[in-house]
Amino acid sequence: MIDETDKRILSATQGGLPLVPAPFAEVAGWLGLQEDEVITRFERMMKDGIVRRIAIAPNHYALGMVANGMSVWDVDDAQAETLGEKVGALEFVSHSYLRPRAEGWPYNLFAMIHGSDRDAVEAHRGEIAAILGEACRARDILYSTRILKKTGMRFRKEG
Amino acid sequence: MRRTPLPPDALDETDRKLINRLQDGFPLTSHPFAGIAQEMGLEEADVLTRIANLRELGAITRFGPFIDAAAMGGAFCLCAMEVPEDRFEEVMTLVNAHAEVAHNYERVHRLNMWFVLACDRPEGIDETADRIEAETGLTVLRFPKLKEFFIGFRVTA
Repeated sequence: MIDETDKRILSATQGGLPLVPAPFAEVAGWLGLQEDEVITRFERMMKDGIVRRIAIAPNHYALGMVANGMSVWDVDDAQAETLGEKVGALEFVSHSYLRPRAEGWPYNLFAMIHGSDRDAVEAHRGEIAAILGEACRARDILYSTRILKKTGMRFRKEG
Repeated sequence: MRRTPLPPDALDETDRKLINRLQDGFPLTSHPFAGIAQEMGLEEADVLTRIANLRELGAITRFGPFIDAAAMGGAFCLCAMEVPEDRFEEVMTLVNAHAEVAHNYERVHRLNMWFVLACDRPEGIDETADRIEAETGLTVLRFPKLKEFFIGFRVTA
């Protein structure tokens, strides 16, 4: 798992990585560590899946993708992983998950579709349906009408 | 967070390429931006300026490490409720009052309230969902992720 030093590194970079030529040296400087140690710890945390990636998060709205819908699909379990990979790789899908079904809810594949408007989202939904083909038994899409609450995910310093 | 589109000319082709490139992994080297700049035929300083500008414009919300909450000992769970129309505001207030509710959306469906629980411990998910059921008298369906497919969202470059 992770130790106190890892936690300090993650906590220090939750606001973002510094935009300087040597960002890991900069973080090391903040924490009284060596650059090599910060890089090695990131390598280990990525290998262990604690840090999923170091990347940007695009703002879909600012990039013109103002419409989105949560598409849900009832996909044959035997093919769900393979088909889920294909759906997750589509450029207009930001998140895609397999989730358990529930009473009155036959869907196991969730894919968040983004588009410039509702028609674009529906067209993308058709593309997903074509990929899933006969493995898909039922489908639906849920559009959001209101954000009721939104708080950032916070990494707690105390772990 | 900016929720309106930027003017079409706010970003150039290089900015768009950079947005795509920076979702594809970041070099764990002493001078990572120089590596990305070299790949893209740009100067290191240009890459840094462009990322800062994208952040300033609100084209990106964040640039940095993404942590897996589960690996950190925490847990997330997508939950859904069927809330009667005339109780919607009351139930929303009860649900949102829980600090574990990270975000909550109204959606057009029989299941009209969808929220994500974020807890420090895996047991916290059921504890919180059970508490919401007790407070509202409504069922909280739980949809934990079994598998995630992530490649990243692409802009036309």
